[in-house]
Amino acid sequence: MRAFSYERVSAPAQAASRAAEVPGAKFIAGGTNLLDLMKLEIETPVHLIDVSGTGLDSISDTREGGLRIGALVSNTDLAANERVRREYGVLTRALMAGASGQLRNKATTAGNLLQRTRCPYFYDTAMPCNKRAPGTGCAALGQGAFSRQLGIIGTSDACIATHPSDMAVALRVLDAEVETVTPAGASRTIPLDEFYRLPGDTPEIETALMPGEFITAVKLPPPVGGRQAYYKVRDRASYAFALVSVALVRQSDGSGRVALGGVAPQPWRRAQADAALPDGANAVMSRLLDGASPTEENAFKIQLAERTLAGMLAEG
Amino acid sequence: MDFNQPADQNLFDRATVVGKPHARIDGLLKVTGTAPYAYERHDVVAGQLYGYPVGSAIAKGRIVAIDADAARSAPGVRGVVTTLDIEPLGIWNYNVARLFGGDVVEHYQQAIAVVVAETFEQARAAAALIETTYERDAIDVDLEAGWQRMQGTGEPSTQVGDVDAAFDSAAVTLDQMYHTPSQTHAMMEPHASIVDWSDGGQMTVWTSSQMIEWNRQALATTFGIEPDRIRVESPYIGGGFGGKLWLRADAVLAAIGSRALGAPVRLALPRPFMINNTTHRSATIQRIRLAAGADGKLTAIDHEAASHTLPGGRGENATAQTPYFYAAPNRRVIHHLVEMHLPEASDMRAPGEASGLMALEIAMDEMAEKLEMDPVEFRILNDTQVNPSDPSIPFSERHFVECLREGADRFGWADRNTTPGGRREGMWWIGHGMAGAYRGHLNLKSGARATLSNGRVIIETDMTDIGTGSYTILAQTAAETMGLPMGRVEVRLGNSAWPVSSGSGGQFGAASSTAGVYAACVALREQIAERLGVSDPEFSDGNVVAGDNVTPLSAITEELSAEDSINFGGFQTEDYLMATFGAHFVEVAVHVATGETRVRRMLAVCDSGRILNPITARSQVIGGMVMGTGGALSEELAVDLEHGFFANHDLAGYEVAVHADIPHQEVVFLDTVDGVATPLKAKGVGELGVCGVAAAIANAAYNATGVRVRDYPVTLDRMIDQLPAV
Repeated sequence: MRAFSYERVSAPAQAASRAAEVPGAKFIAGGTNLLDLMKLEIETPVHLIDVSGTGLDSISDTREGGLRIGALVSNTDLAANERVRREYGVLTRALMAGASGQLRNKATTAGNLLQRTRCPYFYDTAMPCNKRAPGTGCAALGQGAFSRQLGIIGTSDACIATHPSDMAVALRVLDAEVETVTPAGASRTIPLDEFYRLPGDTPEIETALMPGEFITAVKLPPPVGGRQAYYKVRDRASYAFALVSVALVRQSDGSGRVALGGVAPQPWRRAQADAALPDGANAVMSRLLDGASPTEENAFKIQLAERTLAGMLAEG
Repeated sequence: MDFNQPADQNLFDRATVVGKPHARIDGLLKVTGTAPYAYERHDVVAGQLYGYPVGSAIAKGRIVAIDADAARSAPGVRGVVTTLDIEPLGIWNYNVARLFGGDVVEHYQQAIAVVVAETFEQARAAAALIETTYERDAIDVDLEAGWQRMQGTGEPSTQVGDVDAAFDSAAVTLDQMYHTPSQTHAMMEPHASIVDWSDGGQMTVWTSSQMIEWNRQALATTFGIEPDRIRVESPYIGGGFGGKLWLRADAVLAAIGSRALGAPVRLALPRPFMINNTTHRSATIQRIRLAAGADGKLTAIDHEAASHTLPGGRGENATAQTPYFYAAPNRRVIHHLVEMHLPEASDMRAPGEASGLMALEIAMDEMAEKLEMDPVEFRILNDTQVNPSDPSIPFSERHFVECLREGADRFGWADRNTTPGGRREGMWWIGHGMAGAYRGHLNLKSGARATLSNGRVIIETDMTDIGTGSYTILAQTAAETMGLPMGRVEVRLGNSAWPVSSGSGGQFGAASSTAGVYAACVALREQIAERLGVSDPEFSDGNVVAGDNVTPLSAITEELSAEDSINFGGFQTEDYLMATFGAHFVEVAVHVATGETRVRRMLAVCDSGRILNPITARSQVIGGMVMGTGGALSEELAVDLEHGFFANHDLAGYEVAVHADIPHQEVVFLDTVDGVATPLKAKGVGELGVCGVAAAIANAAYNATGVRVRDYPVTLDRMIDQLPAV
């Protein structure tokens, strides 16, 4: 871990303006991912801005009938919120499928959105990685590399990492928006489908956030109803990242929405795939994963995604 | 004490303490966090500095230069020693790669520098500033290619009868390939040491080691100093599973740092560094051919296996059980060592059998199916009471058939669905599987000192407790032998100042070291008898009883001390084959859509001689079953063929079983004793528990789905394309 300076801020706008003033600064809240990455020198911020005193830890109703989730609301509290459990069940299910009780107590909503990939080559500083060290190459695409966990769609020749969040997959299927404050003090709303950037040839740039821009909340539109489910497929029953996960909202007429985790650099959803839901899992996945370019090791994820959705549909 | 013939009836046959359930006497220290583990021994020596290791970023080659200037001038840094600064260190018997010194890189994350600083954080930060220039050599880490290369080479380790003729004339044959991956020990406590070699004279090492004397000898060889200048302490060990049998870089780098800086240095191997820096269980490729008559009797067993190793190493001999486990008149066994440039392959819990039974016990399941026989009955039919490779040698005790029958009965085996894929509950297929377990039993000479002081007995030995319960069973042994309650026995372990024991490994620890403590206690009893002027007294209820002469031990005011070892005679291996046996029964559920396999029920029945303490023995077996579950379903060190290392080198990427993976586990110990093994008639149990578990799970997954997976771990991607549509 590199030496760093540290300060606490008490207001969101202050967080953003301070971050813009200090190049190489990072926000810290729960620290469940950032501190681990700092110990390994994968993240090397020169300055940490502790935002845990900014008061963004409540969940409130919006005028439109949705929910506004403060950036600092813990994963545990979000999962346990009564309205979330009753009206946004896919979100609670996704949260409870992630990490462990201890981590969920510390991890925040904004921090969960911004967690970094779990690609093993990103984690090993002796290996080439365009995301960690731009321009060094992608070891995960090497001959005989270990890519079983990695992405099959939305990836590029520079990076095949996945975004590891479960929560974000549920938020994506719920059409969530990210509310921010810029260093200039302006607020901005970014739909989640525009929040994550695909890697292209700059996999180190992961989101649409501008330098210093600070997430204040995640907003959910009014409840969409339907039956909501989240199935996370993994080799062990707990404490593992998804091989594939499926967030599903299904209405009684058979229409609905589907998003995937564990397959792409962002929660993966396409409108034309949603539209095919009444026609079954194969119809959905042939649209949702059209253009996939898996490695030999992770090609199974295509079939797995389809079978997982088929299983969820079969369960009703 | 010489043990030169099987034990007769003795005090352990009417034991009141040995063999009884007794909670761990060190349990309170552990659950209150007060048991002193190596890295936390702040109090043993003043002025401790912190060391941090640097590992090679390449798998093979030469170090051209190391620039440590920035590290040396970093805040708090007291010194840096690089591998180029010193001559190559010595290599002890069981180590393969050099632990430090010189410019040659033999594997990824081989230690190449140590940074010593005033705080851990300073040492770690400075370590990241070190820049190394390498010359890379070509590498070979492809076991599959090695297997192909080895075909038709090598000498069988066992060759009996005419295997080829037996296959030609057999009614039913099987010929299949199986793969097991490399595995890492993943024990809770990392390798850690504090070393004080400040003046270059006496070296004191507080470490985490399964084998105190091996550690001391290895340090002596490594540094070219006399063993009597080295003292090693390791009273508590947070797991080892074979990973702490050997001297590793933690103690070596701490010693080098201490010598260079003139101060004690503490150093723990960081988890992401451990997996490639230390040892692991090698992957195996196995071909198994079985031949049987229509009656189900095996006529031939042909087992060919390969594992990988650095030049000079031992790999993982997956054929270890094959010469002995099942009857068959014709047999060929061959193990190929493929030299490769991965980190050092070495022992991990049940080395050999653990991997071998993963394959052999699937093969037995497949063969039973071909023969249309119940897999339990098929194994019973092919039981043997003698070494099938040398029928003049009987097993000392073998109750494998009883394990199978007892297990089948308790598990409700007869009620299972026998049609693969034929039972479904909701979204899950339910399957049942079983496997046999075999693990050789080995004894090592083991010593102890027993001291009578104020009516209490103190046991001192360099034996270790790696979480197995050594403290407790040694106290039980001493209490039984001395006729004292447990509360009047104190056990002191893990110090090279005390008599050399077997240490802990190869499931030899419990049986060997309890026999050693028994020997020391018998010697103490003789001293006490002599002191009291009585002959052949009884020791019971805290008294020495010779006829009407009753003397409380507490009445003996002078301190009496005796030291002895148990020396195991050649008859054990010349006249007998000693081994432990078991049967595993498992119920799994496999998700009909995803192919995820989850274990729902587990039962093990064990035959391993006298169980010294059913609580600690059960703990060993259920731990083995957990490890076997990980091996069956998730554990795999993934090899990067281009860079030559294990890519998933942390506990997020290397998935051991977690609580949610483990259902209720039932363990049954058969009431058996083995007088050939030790005076206590006990054998090992710590490794038996892992043997066969993975195959039982794989067989259950087959029974659930009808898809046979022969490569571990049995993950969904190995079966998904063969599962029926949802």
